[in-house]
Amino acid sequence: MSERTTQGDPMHHSATGVSRRRFLGYVVAGPTLITAARWIDPLATADAQELPSIGAQIAESYDLIDFLRDAARPTANLITVRVDDDGTVSFELHRTEVGQGISTAIAMIIAEEMDVPLSQVRITQADARPELLFNQLTGGSNSIYTLYDPVRIAAAVARQRLLDAAAIALGSAGSQLGIVDGIIRAPDGSSLGFGEVARDAASTTTEEVDVEPKAERPRIVGTPQNRIDARAMVTGEMRYTTDLDVPDALPTMVARPPTHLGRPLRVRNEGEVQALPGVTHVAMVESGVAIRARTFGQCIDALQVIDVEWTSGPAAGMTDETVQAALEAAEMPPVAPDTGFLDPLGLPVPVETRDFAFTFAFQPNCPLEPNPCVADVRSDRAEIWGPMKNPVVAQQDIAEALGLPQGAVTVHVVQGGGSFGRDLFWDAAREAALVSQAMGVPVRLSWTRTDDFRQGRAHPACRSSIRITRSATDIVSYAQHHTSVNTDFGHGLGEIISARFDELPGGLGGLGFSQTVFMLTQYVPYDFGPVQQQLTETLPDPGEVETNVFRTGSMRNIYSPNVVTARELTIDQVAAEVGRDPLELRLATLRDARSRAVLEKVAEAGSWGREMPAGTAQGLGFHSEYKGRAACLIEIDCRPETVGRTVPTAPYAYTGPRVTRAIYAVDVGLTINPRGLEAQMLGGMMDGIANCLSFSLHLVDGAFAEDSWEHAYYTRQWNVPFETQVFILDSSSQPGGAGELGVAASMAATATAYARATGSMPTSFPINHELPLAESIVPQGTIPQSPTDGLGRR
Amino acid sequence: MPVRKLTVNGRRVEVDVEDDVRLLWVLRDLLGITGPKYGCGLSICQSCTSLVNGKAVNPCAIPVGQLRPSDEVITIEGLADAVGGDGLHPVQEVWLEEDVAQCGYCQPGQIMAAVDLIQGLLAAGRSEVTEDELDSLRNVCRCGTYPRVRTAIRRALAVMSETPVFVRGARR
Repeated sequence: MSERTTQGDPMHHSATGVSRRRFLGYVVAGPTLITAARWIDPLATADAQELPSIGAQIAESYDLIDFLRDAARPTANLITVRVDDDGTVSFELHRTEVGQGISTAIAMIIAEEMDVPLSQVRITQADARPELLFNQLTGGSNSIYTLYDPVRIAAAVARQRLLDAAAIALGSAGSQLGIVDGIIRAPDGSSLGFGEVARDAASTTTEEVDVEPKAERPRIVGTPQNRIDARAMVTGEMRYTTDLDVPDALPTMVARPPTHLGRPLRVRNEGEVQALPGVTHVAMVESGVAIRARTFGQCIDALQVIDVEWTSGPAAGMTDETVQAALEAAEMPPVAPDTGFLDPLGLPVPVETRDFAFTFAFQPNCPLEPNPCVADVRSDRAEIWGPMKNPVVAQQDIAEALGLPQGAVTVHVVQGGGSFGRDLFWDAAREAALVSQAMGVPVRLSWTRTDDFRQGRAHPACRSSIRITRSATDIVSYAQHHTSVNTDFGHGLGEIISARFDELPGGLGGLGFSQTVFMLTQYVPYDFGPVQQQLTETLPDPGEVETNVFRTGSMRNIYSPNVVTARELTIDQVAAEVGRDPLELRLATLRDARSRAVLEKVAEAGSWGREMPAGTAQGLGFHSEYKGRAACLIEIDCRPETVGRTVPTAPYAYTGPRVTRAIYAVDVGLTINPRGLEAQMLGGMMDGIANCLSFSLHLVDGAFAEDSWEHAYYTRQWNVPFETQVFILDSSSQPGGAGELGVAASMAATATAYARATGSMPTSFPINHELPLAESIVPQGTIPQSPTDGLGRR
Repeated sequence: MPVRKLTVNGRRVEVDVEDDVRLLWVLRDLLGITGPKYGCGLSICQSCTSLVNGKAVNPCAIPVGQLRPSDEVITIEGLADAVGGDGLHPVQEVWLEEDVAQCGYCQPGQIMAAVDLIQGLLAAGRSEVTEDELDSLRNVCRCGTYPRVRTAIRRALAVMSETPVFVRGARR
């Protein structure tokens, strides 16, 4: 259910001057037509930004996606579009498709520029290409923002070359030729397919050419397109990592420690495990003890039997409470910036200070695909397959771990079964490589589901404190101090130098990296007078030897869901205290028209302020990031009969408050694929609801308790809103980032709706985190055995 | 090892395997049928959902020794053929039209669960599905495709209630 509205006309590229500008590109030497874009000049592509106001925060004018795009500029010319003699247009995507729809969007950009049907464009995943340096990292919602210009320029060069070659072949002036559905047509009715001129259009030397991207009204970009890989997904033909048929790569799983990040010392019963049915190899590596068997089922059987002596992990003894206490101790209380307001007599204007504090539990960053990798390590070379979003660093790190030269390690990127940030790290790939080396055979490694929760990447626990001052009914200053368990940015910017920077001793490098990411993603979009936002990270603190106490990482939208939820709740609370409507207060203080437009859209579509029964309410959330604007209106039902409902098919279900309606409005600038953007927003809303209400990890005695989807409460059908709507408002000629933009505003809106429905502002998230743990959670150090009642169970 | 005779996607196959190995691993690791996915191995996430004699089950929770040679296993790969005709199963077609999948990993299980739900409704002469019935689906999707799953099931039911479609072996 989606309605598409546009602000102005998104198609008028030429009016902005961007599309009409001439760009430089290359025809790359080769047997068939291969084209590339030249290094993009930042000044040539900079979108007209609203000038930042005095005192504005950095992220408002230059943010994380600018940073990542600038890092990718020097290697933009290494990205090529290729036309083969069968007429297909191919592009090796150097970003990792994990469900976010970038392969479809890139195919659309190429199809648009070359006037070919989408089905004629073939997108594959590029292997690790170290020469790309910073240009092979998939994260921070930067893919389309970074690739839009290089891809369309390369496609424009290809188009021009094909037309030039066809003009000679058809004996017609190039300017008279047109392309319709991938066929080059002359006025006299003669025509040629791309494949027929691809070789003629090729060059034996690399030539620099001048090109002007298409200026006509887009036919494909901006129109809803279904995913190019959907058919493979619904027929089961799609091959994910553990589906690959690599000879002799037998199923492999790893026994892991009973505390988070403990290490193995010895196996007490290796002979017994080795003798189990199907088991071929047992080998100890740095992270645990690997078991290779004929089937994964026999690996799981062996995990029931294996007895390993472990060291305690670095978080031994820690709990949610001790971590929150450490965060509170590390926090530097926010100081209200001086508003400097004086009355006519020169005396300070009376202001009132209000303090708020919010805490957030650890969260599991588990996609549905448990951490996988296939590895075939030989004495002189290695071949690795996995859904890596950072394949160059993975290649460098794995080569070092194996003692091989980097060039001897081939890393194949495989489309992933979700990621949400987890696959920025190559934990499974490094492990599989070491296991294959230790065993001397290829392995098809999968983490168990339980280990993905307990030992996998987690969104760090954090707290966010806010001090506002208000004068009469206005917020006149805003200070927010965010204190978080260290977020591991050990993946760097996609190659080893920046990755190692994050690992500098004493956490010094990582601290700088975290600060950079925080500053490049966070800003307050409201006119609240002087504004300050700061980050402190702890566990480990600077100066400590351990680089990681917890295996953390960027989970979809990094700091924003927490920072924004705290801010939006505070705004609502102040509005209530001074008798202002939360919508009115936001609209009166949001700084730009794009922001107000998305908020007005959800308020109108959701009939903001409508009468609702006691125990139910509406809530609003707003978020701006990655050049985008997003607003969400949530309606929630917190009545006891709803909260206590049961699901007959799932006795373990966590039901709780029900979001009954979710309305989202988003403006990402230029929308490439409205259908894909809508999917990202719908998924982001499911994340936002889970982040607010139910999805967390409990740290108990140095280990995370949750063992499966039965106890880690991600949104399930029984938590899904009955009504969802996404409105897309276009406002620019350049695409922004979209993969994470659905999360923060929906988490915030769920929280503000909950506060209004219950009459009590939540300060600890997720809201159900304080409930007792289920007794059916399996003990640490064990993996639950698969049930045997599947034929009788429904 | 005992040789087991199985019927999978209309083919009779023989496989050397211990009786207690779960069907999921027989399909994936021994027969190379990788549509059913491992998402938990605990009958929770439902991403391996397949049909046995027309009914949705979780292969991760079925020791292969419990299956008789006459029991027909249908995985996502065999779904289209299990209803005859040239194209895909109507649920797969609607799944494409609604562009439900994101990463796609859970989608074979989602589709098989939807087929089962819809067949049950059709057998009861129903042409509409309630919110409670949609809520009863346990399939986890970490991409959050749930709203489109709900829309697709409603549409597929509308299509199929005009011309009921059942897979081989399903109770009508």
